[in-house]
Amino acid sequence: MSIYRTHILVPVDEGTVQAGVFEVKRRLEQKITEQGLGNEVKVVESGTVGIVGKGVILVVYPERMYYTNVRPGDVSLIVEEHLLKGRIPPTLKYASLDIQGGLKSLHNTGLTREQKRVVLDKSWKMSPEDIREVLATGGYKAVEKIFTEKMTPEAVIDLIKQSGLRGRGGAGFPTGLKWEATRKAAGDQKYIICNADEGEPGTFKDRLILEGDPHKLIEAMVIGGYAIGATKGYIYVRGEYGLSIQRMQQAIDQAREYSLLGPSVLETGFAFDLQIKIGAGAYICGDETALIESLEGKRGNPRIKPPYPVTNGLWQMPTAVNNVETLANIPEIVNRGAAWFRTMGTDKCSGTKVFTILGHVEQPGLIEVEMGTPLREIIFAYGGGVAGGKKFKAALLGGASGVFLPEKLLDVHMDFESLKENKAVLGSGAVLVMNEATSIPDMLFSILKFYAHETCGQCAPCRIGTHQLLQLAWKLREGQGRVEDIDTMLNLAETMQRTSLCPLGQSVVAPVKSAIDNFRDEFERAAGHSEIS
Amino acid sequence: MKLEDLRKIREKTEKEMVLRDGKARVRVVVGMGTSGIAAGARDTMKALLDEIAKRELKDVIVSQAGERGLSSSEPVVTVFEEGKPSVVYGNVTIDIARKIVAEHLVNGNPVSDSVIEVNG
Ligand SMILES: Cc1cc2nc3c(=O)[nH]c(=O)nc-3n(C[C@H](O)[C@H](O)[C@H](O)COP(=O)(O)O)c2cc1C
Repeated sequence: MSIYRTHILVPVDEGTVQAGVFEVKRRLEQKITEQGLGNEVKVVESGTVGIVGKGVILVVYPERMYYTNVRPGDVSLIVEEHLLKGRIPPTLKYASLDIQGGLKSLHNTGLTREQKRVVLDKSWKMSPEDIREVLATGGYKAVEKIFTEKMTPEAVIDLIKQSGLRGRGGAGFPTGLKWEATRKAAGDQKYIICNADEGEPGTFKDRLILEGDPHKLIEAMVIGGYAIGATKGYIYVRGEYGLSIQRMQQAIDQAREYSLLGPSVLETGFAFDLQIKIGAGAYICGDETALIESLEGKRGNPRIKPPYPVTNGLWQMPTAVNNVETLANIPEIVNRGAAWFRTMGTDKCSGTKVFTILGHVEQPGLIEVEMGTPLREIIFAYGGGVAGGKKFKAALLGGASGVFLPEKLLDVHMDFESLKENKAVLGSGAVLVMNEATSIPDMLFSILKFYAHETCGQCAPCRIGTHQLLQLAWKLREGQGRVEDIDTMLNLAETMQRTSLCPLGQSVVAPVKSAIDNFRDEFERAAGHSEIS
Repeated sequence: MKLEDLRKIREKTEKEMVLRDGKARVRVVVGMGTSGIAAGARDTMKALLDEIAKRELKDVIVSQAGERGLSSSEPVVTVFEEGKPSVVYGNVTIDIARKIVAEHLVNGNPVSDSVIEVNG
């Protein structure tokens, strides 16, 4: 499948057929072929776009330019001026956004393309700093529902299990099961922790939730606390997120004022309160066990698992650690039910996923779409494709501990299962796009630099391995590498996977192996420059 | 505060937020997440408020919100008007903000060049 820089949508409905749409389309295709643009421009027939009485319509993407009343004679001008030279012919009628013409939100390319929003549904419509606006837009309705309908904690856990919600922090563990295990674990005091450390490079999804809808997170944690039997919750926020911390604290204060937090939530007798803990900027503190150590006031060294936090968490008490995005799904699941949640996404991965699109794309930003959306759609339809008309080379999925995907895997579906089949991971949902000019060995070098900086140094394989890998990648980059070094790198990363204490050292293999497996020729070329080899 | 009290506040505020019941005709929301602020959303907000004050528009509410993810189009401003599609503007500089007040809010003509989305 080729990648087209431009798509022309030809809406076919009664009106446009009468106006001669097929003749326009035929000429358009003919002219595109004549000009040798067949590999770059694709003509697509579509249904009605809701513009009435404006003759034949052509919609050009990614510019989202609407030509109206197009006649067969206009076609050459559009192809020669617009498609070939990138100039919009001034003599033609067009409406870049024909608001008065009754044009609905028809946006097929770009970040405004239709999305399924659950966790970020209203964060941009209401003030996160005004609890009254939050209430008016449906905030805390789920808490209200649970107490009004007298749902038991078990019923809440069952609902979350039924919904199929899985952790969005990377590992994809079923949230209902985690809550159930925490509820069932023996312990006088239990805790719920929101992991808002968001350290994965290129990821900023949790920040948008924290900044845009902090009350949603509070609501989810009240529900979670009630479900697992915790009276105390912590939000561990990345220290760099100044605005998130400020808005979160303000929201907590307001929630206390409205007795949504406190010794008796809404006078139901259920006690629950929240506290923010500010992280100090270590990537490893995003790992739940290191996070817990850090919360306890110690150095953020990860613990050996098992035991898991659900039995031996904060202060060795049963603790549920959930990611921000995971939690942000909870209120709507309670409001709208498990069956509703399962209508989105795939069989084994229900719901939506937030993706951050960055790198060499036309429109970097964030989207929320159904689980299982194809990567191609995310990059080309939402991200607007590769910037500057350059060719696609690779996408790094899931941040530093993610994988490099080559062009041939662009059609992979973005859910835990499909990605696993393709030896990839969803990770944090970051999609970093690289164009043809990107050097993969350079990219890997920068990732390894990150790892060497972020290793906690507790275990030897990771402490030494990350630095050895960095050294080898540096040599390749400087033209001093040898071809054998490539396999040494693989070997090292695989050894680290088997022997490191925690998932940080264990996951270095993901970027290393995917980079080398998919772009080996580039590494060999880099090594080939070496005079020593 | 009890469950019933919460419900009452919710209902009361819902009414206030519905433009047709409240005093305001238009609600202008400025995206004030980190990206928006970094791109100049505070200045955009100030320009909107200033222009609205200058023209003595009494039926316009300006408020802030978080970010929607349109990082490449910040600052983002959305105009909600009762009975009309909401209009989302991107890359709203101080000048464009003033233009939105003058042309969209006063005369009802959206500033087409800066529109990035129309909803509803
Ligand atoms: C090195 C490392 C960094 C991590 N960083 C984060 C993070 O920033 N945010 C997060 O939610 N989970 C992070 N995790 C995953 C957490 O350990 C944990 O799985 C997650 O918080 C569980 O929440 P979930 O079930 O809702 O996904 C990280 C894991 C590792 C090994």
